[in-house]
Amino acid sequence: MAAEANAQTSAQAVRRPIVETLRTVFGPLVQLLIFVVGSAVALSLLVILLSLVQLGARPDLLTRTLTILPQVLIDGLVRGFLFSTIALGYTMVYGVLEFINFAHGEIFMVGGVTGAAVGLFLASIGLLEGMNPLFFVLLVVLIGMIVSGTLAVTVERVAYRPLRGTPRLVPLISAIGVSLVLQDVVRLIMTNSPMGFNARYNAPDFGPPIRLFEMTLGDRPVPIIISPKALVFISAAVIMLIVLNYLVNATRLGKAIRATAQDMPTASLMGINVNRIITLTFLIGGALGGAAGALFGLNVGTVNPYMGFIPGLKAFTAAVLGGIGNITGAMVGGLVLGFLEAFVASYLSLFTNGALSGAAYADIVAFSILILILIFRPSGLLGESTTQKV
Amino acid sequence: MATMSPPTNLWEQVKATLSRGPTGYSFLGLYAAICTWLLLTNPRTSLNTDIAFALFLLLLLIIYRSQVALGFKVVLGGAMLLVVLPIFGTLNPFYIDVATQAGIFVALALGLNVVVGFAGLLDLGYVAFFAVGAYLWGILSTEQMTLMNPAWSPVPPIMFYPFIFLGLIVGAIFGVLLGLPVLRLRGDYLAIVTLGFGEVIRVLANNLDRPINITNGSQGIRGIARPPLIFADFVRDTLGLNLDDQQLYQQFFYFAVLLIVLLTVVVVSRLKHSRIGRAWEAIREDETAAIAQGIPLVRTKLLAFAVGASFAGAMGVIFASKQLFINPPTFDLIRSINILAMVILGGMGSIPGVMLGAVLVTMLDLQILPRLANVLRDLQRAGAPIPSAFDPTQYQRLFFGLLLILMMIFRPTGILPDERRKEELVDDQEVDLPLDAGEVDGGEPPSPTQAPPGSGPIA
Repeated sequence: MAAEANAQTSAQAVRRPIVETLRTVFGPLVQLLIFVVGSAVALSLLVILLSLVQLGARPDLLTRTLTILPQVLIDGLVRGFLFSTIALGYTMVYGVLEFINFAHGEIFMVGGVTGAAVGLFLASIGLLEGMNPLFFVLLVVLIGMIVSGTLAVTVERVAYRPLRGTPRLVPLISAIGVSLVLQDVVRLIMTNSPMGFNARYNAPDFGPPIRLFEMTLGDRPVPIIISPKALVFISAAVIMLIVLNYLVNATRLGKAIRATAQDMPTASLMGINVNRIITLTFLIGGALGGAAGALFGLNVGTVNPYMGFIPGLKAFTAAVLGGIGNITGAMVGGLVLGFLEAFVASYLSLFTNGALSGAAYADIVAFSILILILIFRPSGLLGESTTQKV
Repeated sequence: MATMSPPTNLWEQVKATLSRGPTGYSFLGLYAAICTWLLLTNPRTSLNTDIAFALFLLLLLIIYRSQVALGFKVVLGGAMLLVVLPIFGTLNPFYIDVATQAGIFVALALGLNVVVGFAGLLDLGYVAFFAVGAYLWGILSTEQMTLMNPAWSPVPPIMFYPFIFLGLIVGAIFGVLLGLPVLRLRGDYLAIVTLGFGEVIRVLANNLDRPINITNGSQGIRGIARPPLIFADFVRDTLGLNLDDQQLYQQFFYFAVLLIVLLTVVVVSRLKHSRIGRAWEAIREDETAAIAQGIPLVRTKLLAFAVGASFAGAMGVIFASKQLFINPPTFDLIRSINILAMVILGGMGSIPGVMLGAVLVTMLDLQILPRLANVLRDLQRAGAPIPSAFDPTQYQRLFFGLLLILMMIFRPTGILPDERRKEELVDDQEVDLPLDAGEVDGGEPPSPTQAPPGSGPIA
């Protein structure tokens, strides 16, 4: 009976026109692109407008604004994809279990530390020097994914599953505990190994920064450059998002995940092994976080055991911004938040003439956004409003 | 406790014998005498004194739990806290400092308990309110005032007393300010937003040294004023105790904190059994049902937030004055978690439980971990395979994290559970159990020992 049903669905899946598959996979990405371009244009116009307003007092402001603008946009993209990939882990787990996996930022951190450890190991055996950078990236991403994914599944098994069905605060407090334990266990391991607290991320030479194009402002040319590592990060993130979209929207497994998220008891009555789906959700979310960690560490150059906390919080903000539980929403939220932060971090001190440090206030802006969204649109940019079940 | 079933095993028998009747009185009296003798004859800071101090704290717990006349409990406990501990404090300043610190955290944990335990709102940024109180007194009582505006001068130290109340009010205002926007949210969102708020306050404290120097940034504020010792002459001349200023301040803060803890306990327990307290519990159990019963949701939640925050604000003023120095890292997330761990360890919603939790966690922080560090160092020197960089005092997160996980898995109700809370936590598991039992293969079922006597089906 069950086998028959399976055969039927798979036959349907085969017969499904390829156009529809493409639409389900790339539709969200088009949506994402619209939001990316939209927020980039809106924010750029805003800063240009602000500099025009101050033009009388500070004539050089407009040139300076325009000079750093492309760099800020690239920075925003990197931050945005970072938040997106982490936010996916939050949102998937929330979608299935309605539970904030507070330890997800630490899963990300473990990915970064693993990547640094791989780099250190390769350097110590002398393989790192002549290694193809792309092969190295592939290697650290894969190992980071495996380690973080396994860790996420283990954490779920040990600290969350025994608490399923208890009041909401109970697993959340346990998750906070897991987050603290992971931070200190990793710190213990790192400080007792050759890595040290602030570990350098050894990597093969990625070559000089890539010069995208040159733009002329007044009399001098301004080169627009992007570091190869940032380029690798962005492309890898895009690939991961496409694969995830395919997985969730176009496969049987994805259907099972969506069914479980929608209604767990009914899904289990329909023959879906809910526990397996939950484990898989943690595995996928953890692997994405691990990959993001490995790539982010590579991009920044150092890793430490506390590096996951603030990005984790912001990724959660991104997930809420996009509408928690909504996968496309998490990507959109991450990118919008990334742009916002990059603009605040770069332009706040420029516009206030150095009185306020942008980097410090970027955090405040992120959390203020979180609070504002929760007040005015708790369902997020793409979320649907839900009613409380009695 | 009142209607105890006939003692079944030896431990129950011993407990029953020692906790009431003539044996109870003589046991408590004897124990108190031995403790006093141990403390007063071992004034040096050593392992023996630590044990004596722990026995002393255990005595307070036993006094509370025993079934002797209330008057006897009050007199004995009062004598221990008001006479023995201060005298011991003049001999050894370290322990009275520990006691004061524990008192501050007891009051903070009781405040957080109003928010988390009574109203069921998880607040991860509680320390922000503490920081607000501390910075309030820190800024207004020091040279920071003059730095902000040359025309202003610091308030006189005697203003410390009204500032405790001001801290109370400012804390409450900040509680309402944070609460207003976020209290419409469901519990887990609230946790993250409060966490973000805690970070925002810390970042602000770290960065508000430019353009105007308000908080002196990451360097922190030094030389925070202490109230003048108006009672110094009385203590020295009338009581004939020859104490220097340092010791007098220690005694002063000890008694001040003790008084505030007492007031807090009275206020919190009156609140708990009031109409408001019951409204909080109704919200905690089921928001929708509480609204249906006519409870004004936002106002009731706001009140919980404001009450909790006001305790933190007032304690912040005292803390700043006691420490003389505050800086942003004093108020980081780990301290919020610390206070949360106290509430959870003791038992959410249970006043004696939370007090016990606060004392235990403070002891863990100030005594047990440093002691453990010493032991480990000795073992290391003896050649045991312990990583050289492992210093338990540096691994608070690990210990508190483990504490939180283990408590949630094995005893979510805490050490001294609150009766009503206990029913809620166990009942919920019971209702959901049939669904889970089928799916969770080998998942640890809730410990049957927590089941109230009446709930058979779980076992």
